[in-house]
This record gives sequence, C-alpha cells and structure tokens, in this order.
Amino acid sequence: MAQADASMELDNRSGGSVEKMVTADGLPLKTSLRRAERRSKLFAFALVAPLLGFLLIVFIFPMAQMMWRSVDNPQIINTLPRTVEALEAWNPSAEELPPEEAYAALNADLAEGLERDRGAIGRLQGRLNNDVSGARAAVRSVAGQAGDRSEPFKDKFIEANALWGEPAIWRVIQREGRPLTASRYLRALDREYAPDGSIQMRDEGQRTYVALFMRTFALSATILGLTFLLGFPISYYMATLPMRYANLLMIFVLLPFWTSLLVRTSAWIVLLQQQGVINSTLVGLGIIGDDQRLSMVYNMTGTIVAMTHILLPFMVLPLYSVMRGIPPSYMRAAKGLGAKPWTAFRRVYFPQPLPGVAAGGVLVFIISIGYYITPALVGGQSGRMISNEIARHIQGDNPGLGAAIATLLLVCVMILYWVYNRLVGADNLKLG
Amino acid sequence: MAVPTYATPLEKLWHYTFRLICWLIFFFLVAPIIIMMPLSFNAQPYFTFTLEMLEFNPQGYSMRWYQELFASESWMRSIRNSFVIGIAATLLATVLGTLAALGLSRAKLPGKGLIMMILISPMVVPLIIAGAGMFFFLSSVNLANTFLGVVLAHTALGTPFVVITVTATLVGFDHSLTRAAANLGASPTRTFFKITMPLILPGVVSGGLFAFITSFDEIVVVLFVAGVEQRTIPREMWSGIREDLSPTILAVATLLVLLSIMLLTTVELLRRRSERIRGMSPG
Amino acid sequence: MSQRLLKVIGAGSAVSLIAMSAAQAQDISLTVVSWGGAYTESQVRAYHEPWMEMNPDWEIINDDGSANALAGLRSQSEAGNVTWDLVDMLPSDAQLACEEGIIMPIDHDEMLADGEDGTPPSEDFLEGSLGECFIPQIIYSTVVTYNSEMFEEGNYPETIEDFFDTENFPGRRAIQNRPAVNMEWALYADGVDPEEIYDVLATPEGQDRAFAKLDTIKDDLVFWEEGAQSPQLLADQEVSFATGYNGRIFDAAEVEGQPFEIIWDGQVVEFDGWVVPADGENVDEVMEYLYWATDTQRLADQASYISYGPARHSSQDLVGQHADLGIDMAEHMPTHPDNYFAPIELNNEFWTDWRDELAERFNNWM
Repeated sequence: MAQADASMELDNRSGGSVEKMVTADGLPLKTSLRRAERRSKLFAFALVAPLLGFLLIVFIFPMAQMMWRSVDNPQIINTLPRTVEALEAWNPSAEELPPEEAYAALNADLAEGLERDRGAIGRLQGRLNNDVSGARAAVRSVAGQAGDRSEPFKDKFIEANALWGEPAIWRVIQREGRPLTASRYLRALDREYAPDGSIQMRDEGQRTYVALFMRTFALSATILGLTFLLGFPISYYMATLPMRYANLLMIFVLLPFWTSLLVRTSAWIVLLQQQGVINSTLVGLGIIGDDQRLSMVYNMTGTIVAMTHILLPFMVLPLYSVMRGIPPSYMRAAKGLGAKPWTAFRRVYFPQPLPGVAAGGVLVFIISIGYYITPALVGGQSGRMISNEIARHIQGDNPGLGAAIATLLLVCVMILYWVYNRLVGADNLKLG
Repeated sequence: MAVPTYATPLEKLWHYTFRLICWLIFFFLVAPIIIMMPLSFNAQPYFTFTLEMLEFNPQGYSMRWYQELFASESWMRSIRNSFVIGIAATLLATVLGTLAALGLSRAKLPGKGLIMMILISPMVVPLIIAGAGMFFFLSSVNLANTFLGVVLAHTALGTPFVVITVTATLVGFDHSLTRAAANLGASPTRTFFKITMPLILPGVVSGGLFAFITSFDEIVVVLFVAGVEQRTIPREMWSGIREDLSPTILAVATLLVLLSIMLLTTVELLRRRSERIRGMSPG
Repeated sequence: MSQRLLKVIGAGSAVSLIAMSAAQAQDISLTVVSWGGAYTESQVRAYHEPWMEMNPDWEIINDDGSANALAGLRSQSEAGNVTWDLVDMLPSDAQLACEEGIIMPIDHDEMLADGEDGTPPSEDFLEGSLGECFIPQIIYSTVVTYNSEMFEEGNYPETIEDFFDTENFPGRRAIQNRPAVNMEWALYADGVDPEEIYDVLATPEGQDRAFAKLDTIKDDLVFWEEGAQSPQLLADQEVSFATGYNGRIFDAAEVEGQPFEIIWDGQVVEFDGWVVPADGENVDEVMEYLYWATDTQRLADQASYISYGPARHSSQDLVGQHADLGIDMAEHMPTHPDNYFAPIELNNEFWTDWRDELAERFNNWM
C-alpha cells in the first residue's frame, strides 16, 4: 500500500506531454497500481487467514461434523451387508416375511460380526432399537449362537424372539441398510416411513418435536414481546434525558448485561422459589397464606421471567441508540400543528425507531430460540425448550436424532441471521 | 423531560405515571442482582431475609458462606480454572481477532461477506449446537477433558467480539496516517506499533474484555467438553444450583457482580476514550 | 492347606511387587466417575481415602459424570482416547456398554476377592447382580418420600396408592423425568401385582394404562433430573412428596435432620456398581484397586456412610453403625425385612429394549 503511494511520482522528463504514465522503475502506472493493489489484497488476506483458518478448523468443521452425524448411518450396512442384499427383492409393503435366504444371510452376517468385532453388533442393536423397540433383545437373542446354528433359520429365529416373525424389523433393515439416512430428520419432524415407504405422521402420542419447536417459538415470541414492552419506555425515557443522566441510567441496563448468566439465573431462583424472597414477603405481609405460596419457578413462568430479564439489555441497547438520534423537534412540530399527544406519538414518533426495534427484536429472538441454561435450570418441564431436547439426545442413545434437531434449529437461526443482516448488517453490530 | 407548564392535569398524570413505570422497569433490571448481595451474608442457610437481618441485628449476618467458599477446594479450583482458561482464550482471541480486523479494513477482499459471516458465526450459532459440535470434535482429536480443548473452544467463541470492536474503531481510522508514516520512512512494524496500535488500542482492549467475559461466563460448551479438572466457576455454580442450593452460591455471585462492575467501568471508560481520540464525541 | 498358603504367599509377593513397581512409577492417578453428592462422598470415605492412606503415591480424582457416563464412554472410545479409569454405572447402561465393546468383560472369580468366608465371588454377590462387564457394589432402591411437615399429624401417607391419591393427600409431587420406575408405580398403584408389572408394561394396553394412571396426578407433578434434586425440592417444600434414591433421602433425613419419611411400599430395587473402560491407560492399577475396594469388608464399610445395601452376602452381617451418627444402619437398608415387604425388582432387560420408545413417549407426555 505504501509502495503504491511512493510509486506515484510521475516521470516528468517527457516535458509534460501526455504519454503513458510510468513509475520510477519504468512500469506503466496502471500495472504498478494493479500490482500494488493485489499485494495489498494478499497482505490483507494474510492478516485474516489465521483467524479464518482457526475458525474453519475449530468451529465450522465441528459443526459440519455434527451435522454429518444426523445422516451418517453405517451400522446396518457395515454389519449386515449380506442381509441387506438378500432383502433387495423383498416387497416391504406386503404383509409377508422375507424368504429363508434373508434369515440365512442375517445368521451369516451375525456370525461373522461376532467373530470380527463384537462391539459392532452392540452398535447395530442400538441402531435398530432406535427405530424398533425390542430390536436390541431380538438381535441379542440370536447373535450369540449364530456360529453354531444350522438351517432352516427362519423358525429358529422366530422361536428365539417373536420380533423376527414380524415384518417391521425387516423393513427397517431393508430401508436403513444404506450409508446415509433421512429417518432422523423425519423423526425430528414427527414423521415416519409407512410400510410402503411413503411418509406419514407418527402416532398422536409420539409427536414431540414439532410441538416443542412451536413452544420454543411461542416462548421466544412472548419473551420478545415482553422485552419490547419493557424496553421501549425506558429507552424512550433515556433518549429524552440529557446525556449525563442518560449515561447514569444506562448503568441499570449495563450492569445486568455484564453480570454472569448463572448469577442472574440463581438470583431468580432465590427470588421466585416457594421459600424465596417474594413468597416470604407476601406471606409476611399477610397477602397470601403460608399454604398458598405461588409456584413461580421450575415452570414456564420461571423461564419467561428469567429470560426476559436476561435479554432485556439486548433490546434496550439498539433501541436506545436509534432513539437518541431522533430529533425531539418532530414531536413538538406535530403537537404544534395540532396533533393530540397520543396521535403525535403514534404517527410521528413511533415509526422512526422501528429499525432499532427490528434489530433488537431479531437479536432477542435469535438468542432465545437457542437458549439452554436458563430453561434447564428454572424451566421445569413446562418451560423446556428445543435445546434441552438436543442436549438430551446428544448425550443419550440417539445422538443422530440430536444432531438432526440441532441442524433444523441451526437452519432457523441462519434464516433469522440473514434477516438481521439485511436489517442492520453484521459489521454494524453494537456492543455495550 | 420536565412537564411543560401548559400541560393539562391528564398530561401531568401521564407524565408521572410514565416515569413511575420506567423506574419500576429499572428496578426489575437491577433488583434481582442487588438483592442477592445482603443475602450472601445471611447467618442462616435460607434464601430469604430472616427477622434478625431485617432488624439489622449483627447476629443475623455472618461471613460463613464466604469462609465456606474460600475453604472449598473445588470452588478454589474452579476460580483458578476460570482465570487460566479465560486469560489464555482472551490472548489468543485478541491476537487473531485484531489481525483479522486489520485485514478486513484494509482492502476490498473478494468474498468479504462470506468471510465476515464465518468470523461472526461463533456469536450467532446457539451455544447448545456449538457445544454438541465441540463435544464430538474435541473427542475425536483427543482434546476432550483437557485445558487446551476448553481454551480453543472459548477462543473461537470470543473472536467475533474482538473482530467487531476492533473493526468499529477502525471505521473512524484515518489511513492517511499510516501512509504518512510510511512516506516518512517508518517500517511497517514500526508504523503498526507507533501509529496504528495506539489508535485502535481501546477497541482491542474492550474486544479482549468481551472475549474474557465470554469465556468467564461460558457454561454450555464447558458442560460438554470439560472434565472435572477443568471445571470453571459457572460449571461449579451449575452443579450448585442443581444439586445443593446453598448460600455459598450467593457469595460467589456477589463476588462476580463486583467483578462485572469493574469490567463494565473499564469498558465504558475505554469507549469514551476511543470516541474522544477519534473526535467522534465531545465528551 | 499348603496350597492355600502358597496362594497367600503368591498374592503377598504379587502385591509387594506391584507396590514396588508402583513406588518406582510414582504418582498413579485414577479418574473415577460417579454420581456426585452423598454417594460419591460415601465412596470417598469407604474406599478412596483409606486406599490413598495405604498407598500415598496414588491419587484418586472424582468426576461426577455418571448421569452421562454412557455418552462419555462412547465418545472416548470412538476417539480412542479413554481418560476415565473407573466408572460407576447402572447395570442397564453397563449391559449396553458391554455389548458395544467399550468396557472390559470381567471374570469375577478370577479378578475379585473371595468373600471373607472363602465363598467365590460368583456365589458371594447377590443373585442376579453380576453382569458380563459389571461389578456390583450396592443394592439401592427408589422410594417415595414425603415431608412430614406438609401433612397433618395422624394422616400420613403409607402406600404407593396414597401417592397417587391427590384427594386425601394433596400437594405437589416430584418424580424423575424418565419413564422407568414411574410407570412401574403407576401400574402397581392401579392394582397390578409386582410380579406381573413387566409383562403388562410390555403391551401397548399396559403402557396406556400406566400413562392413564399417571395422568391422574399430572397436574401436581414436578420433575427432577438428578438424584440430588429430589431431597432439595422436598426440603425447600416445593413439593410434599418426592421420589428419590433411598440413600440420599436417608442422608437428608438423618444427617441433615430433615423431616422426611420413606414409604417402603413398592420400593423399586436395583443394583449399582463399577465398570472398567476398555483400553484405559491404567487398567492394571484399576483392577488392583477394585480387588481391594470390592472385598467383603469394604462393601460393608460403605454402608456406614450411606444407606445402600452391600452387594455381597458376606458383607451383610458386617453392616454396623453410621460413621458419624452412630445409629444402626441395618434397619435403613432397602433389604431389611421390615422394608422389603413389597419390593419391585427393576427389570433392566425390559428397559434396555423399551427405553428409546418409552422415553420419547414419556417425554412427550410430560
């Protein structure tokens, strides 16, 4: 960059005639400039590269790896290759069992698997059991003696475990006997494969995640609404005060913003629990009886109150900075022209900070739909959100399902982030 | 916002009601944090004010929860861990983030939008997803349950804040200053340390503080990737809240609030200094 | 006789050899994963501390990750980086881990100490407690408990049926956020014989019946996740009843003096014990430690710190008094005849098969 400037000394020997402009080292100026620009670009990229590389390895790759888990499906095809092949011709939608060859192939696969890698059989059991309850016991009951068993296999299998006499488990082996699967996404959307391979809703009692996504959105929307209701007046109030006072009041917003999340969450437990400050005060003042203590924590109320408190600064900060820039003369003018105060506010003032409202709103919504800690600590059952379900599955028996739900959540967040970007631009994020 | 003399009684009423509402909201914001502080001196293991406390009887107050905190090996270890991890992650994040911000401000990089999106992503991706991803990743490279693993994860989470704050200081940065320095014969390194650095320093430091508080307050990733040896203060509080809610937590919380007041003050002073240097604010 | 002598000498010299090599190696550090709280405390006092006193160069680090131990073991094994040396686990998780090859198979007679009376481990451990990779340690039970301050004197609940009776025994109830144990109780309260509970539960009708029974108290339910939470909820009077592990309840009631009463009717009993991660770095040291830590006296010792029954027959008579309180522990054990009148034995095989599906349905129902 510096060189580009230095090289701009023009060659004046030609007596001012407009010839090709060249630099001191004889290169045409255009080329030199282009080179300098390229060098500068390279240099800039070299500065960005360490962080970019670091994040690609330590952050983006792990995300991709986790998403991969939502479709990765090696257990069946790797452990039961012959069985999958033998099932190719079988029609899953007919209520018939597969032919004897399939049972023979399964027996051979199990015998070999047991010999080669016993753990693989265990993982296979776990994988099948994700889709068919009892499959674990079914495999266990036939795997042990697979090496010593002779034909005919079909009856022996059915005798060992009745599940082998039902098409359901075979359908799963056939359908899921592929290296990649979409079944976890179906499950995450409360859907499943019908026997004929079409997609249908799961039974009423098993529909979980769509409702939970909805609840997460509803809770986030409620929290968003509350942060707006509480954030708008104080932002407005601060924006109308002289800078000195506004800065002082800002401490009330910034102190919670800088205080540890866990501290704020435990503060709410202390306040809201049955033996906590609020209940004890109410009982002490005789407003409620000792046996009428309110349940305000370990339920949805707890989640909403604590999260509104935690996210309020995220609404106030952008709102305030927009409102500060709105000249108060507009309102005065409107009133001077005869508008009633309420009309003046609604028609003249309110539309102006809307971009700030949108920015703060999307931010609050993005943060709250992915929230984990506060719902887990104060939410009880009714205040649970989708992230709690992700955590449960990732550390449970079906991490693939957890990964699928996480991916869906990530897609939602990315869409919102895109919206946010259109509204304010990522580099315009303001902190503190 | 004084009431104009010509205001109708109704307007006056509204004016005062509005103020009252605002003060109630401010109260809502700080009361929970403030109320824990005296409770941490409770002589009884309760989360409510005892009669003695309300009568300001010294018997109602004690330092027992602070003594318990400082006598507890696991709390002390978590405090040590939080600082070690926080400082290491902050240093890494600050260096990486500052360099990247300088690069981004220099030239029109091709694909700047995409690069920016990647650099900001750790701030946008929900922590639960980041935690789950890190859990599998760090396990697969033998870094689960290690300090290095937690530090790397926290560095990633902290860098966006550094990038954003430093970029913000660079917005008002006059590039002709570095060109002038170069023209006067200063080497690029010298230019950086003599010209660029002092000007962007407030942004770097406040970015660093954000990175520090991010690590210091982070719990989700720690839940997934840290072993018992790497437990930080928030992780210890998590166990405390879930298993054994004793006022020791309030003692920790009180200390943390004091720390956040310190950090808040520092960041605020830095912001003002930065604005003054760049001539963007009169104050 | 002489053979026995030889054995003793052999064992003695082996121990001293190991001790010498250990002294040379210096600082053996084991990471032991357990359940945290009063339970880990009892293991520390009965096993870890005495052992470290005898072997000053050993260090035992406690990690309370047992609730997610299976996920942890899976990821460590997948990564080929096993950092845990010894894990306290439920037999159902141990069975899965064993089948997946991520924990070590155990030859109990070979690897563990004989009972003090010379009975080989395979006979000395309680019937049905040994698993292929599982070394039982305790027998514990999940019980319903109430806070007696929340009920009027003379009208205390006594049975699981009372727990489901919100009319005569009002108040909120805390249960664990998983189907196991709760569904058993629902059927038991609905009149199913303890012996037949799992046969009923394996049918769709039986599952519907259990959920229908749970529905009757749903409005009063609060859910807990980790063992330490239920005594906490009960002590804070957030709930009047809570289900919980009998040892933790004992700890809260006797050590902390909380007014808790256990309903022993329908207690759900289960074993808990150790597993050794396969491919750990310190497998030999762990086995050396386990040989000692699971012998007759040690298992009996643990019962001095928490009211869980030792998993060996030979330990039963050695159960003495609580180390701090000096009260007799025998009557607080789940297996004491006064308590063991209507037990439900948790069926782990049932739950390894059904937990995916029922956990989802239960979760949905909550």
